Amino acid sequence: MTDAIHVESLTKRYRETLAVDDISFRVRPGETIGLLGGNGAGKTTTIAMLLGLLVPTAGRITVLGHDMARNRFAALAKMNFSSPYVALPARLSVAENLRVYGHLYNVRHIERRIAELAHELDLHGFLDRSAGKLSAGQKTRVALAKSLINRPELLLLDEPTASLDPDTGDLVRSWLERYRAESGCTVLLASHNMAEVERLCSHVLMMKQGRIVDRGTPSELLTRYNRVDLEEVFLDIARDRQAEIA
Amino acid sequence: MIPLRRIWGLMYRHLALYRRSWPRLVDLAYWPIMQMIIWGFTSHFFANRLGSAPAVTVGMLLGGVLLWETALRSHLGFAVTFMEEVWSRNLGHVFISPLRPWEMIAALTAMAAVRTALGVVPASILAALLYHFNIISVGPVLVLFLLNLMVMGWWVALGCISLILSQGGGAESLVWSMLPGLAPLAAVYYPVAILPHWLQPIALALPAAHVFEGLRAAVGQGVIRWDQLAWASGLNALWLSATALLFWQQFQAARRNGALMNIGE
Repeated sequence: MTDAIHVESLTKRYRETLAVDDISFRVRPGETIGLLGGNGAGKTTTIAMLLGLLVPTAGRITVLGHDMARNRFAALAKMNFSSPYVALPARLSVAENLRVYGHLYNVRHIERRIAELAHELDLHGFLDRSAGKLSAGQKTRVALAKSLINRPELLLLDEPTASLDPDTGDLVRSWLERYRAESGCTVLLASHNMAEVERLCSHVLMMKQGRIVDRGTPSELLTRYNRVDLEEVFLDIARDRQAEIA
Repeated sequence: MIPLRRIWGLMYRHLALYRRSWPRLVDLAYWPIMQMIIWGFTSHFFANRLGSAPAVTVGMLLGGVLLWETALRSHLGFAVTFMEEVWSRNLGHVFISPLRPWEMIAALTAMAAVRTALGVVPASILAALLYHFNIISVGPVLVLFLLNLMVMGWWVALGCISLILSQGGGAESLVWSMLPGLAPLAAVYYPVAILPHWLQPIALALPAAHVFEGLRAAVGQGVIRWDQLAWASGLNALWLSATALLFWQQFQAARRNGALMNIGE
């Protein structure tokens, strides 16, 4: 079976700064993988390279069987991305925004798809409201709707529940779990929320200073570090306590 | 079929924006109309004062105003449509969609044509009503004049966008000043021969200078200067190719240095 993501010896260097340092990993179809690391660990740079927004200095990325250096548009049509840090046009209504991306992703029966997403993500109350006038929770649901407009085979999520209250955050996580189970979609999730990663991800990649410093299932990592939750594992890695543990 | 759909998608994004923002719509027609009013009265004043044939003087000046506005609106339509994506911090979403860079350029070009029409058509109607100057009386060759000036607007805007990709949002001021800054060399209201000798070759490297020489010949002498039109078209092809190459290089450089991720900053 073809990997959903296959990254080989990926490196990104900006002059003197090594943002991503020779990382390799594979993600199987249908898997949800977490990308964990502190600020500046290289998560966003890695995601930007997976999306073709950034050209690697070295290494190779294959997404859904397509070499991103040669044929990125074929992969981009089958994937999507959501982040609270990338805005949608604020003056357009929610429905207009979804229509724009429906056209860009060549979605058939756009209005039907928008209605489906409005039902699934409970957008009906504000479909005609300007995207700029939504609350943080509503914006997150709209960003998720945008990222699902093309029924992606691969979904990249950058801190999808950042800035949400615990209730809305939990609703979004529940919805993501259900969507993944129903669609079989592969998900790559970058997050600082360890409980979220533990709940959603089957595998975790721990990044630090541009490198993958550890990897495994959440339970493997907990056993290896002799910890009760991923937050403690995260702190062990961030504070260089791996050697002591080993 | 699919590329057309993606191009329409980006156009729809901007048409929806105009539908929701009447100040943007007013802004499209405001300056062309203001220019038309000011130059209409000015040309009448000079025609009466100097005793020259009023119809020819008015025709040359108002024809110049309308055609230069065509270049300006085309340039601004193209560049501002791109800047709207920068201002709304939406470029990231656009560039991770399957929309190819050339499809984005096609959408910007189409939006520039729409914005040009919305700006120049009301001013042309006003010129006919207030000053009895009908731009269509120039004849079918008018289409070629307009097309050449629109293309010039596109490639100047493409050059500006390339600089924004290279230098970031700080280069935005170029969008507003680049084409107006070329006006003295475009010989909109006077022949190229008026310019100092050393400046004339530079002016003649611009398609607009040839278009306006052609316009003056058409309005003043009723002659179609095919040679000027050929120069304008050839220069446009050259400049458009050069700026398209520049855009491609800067787009690839932006993908290497990460500028696409934070271009509005």
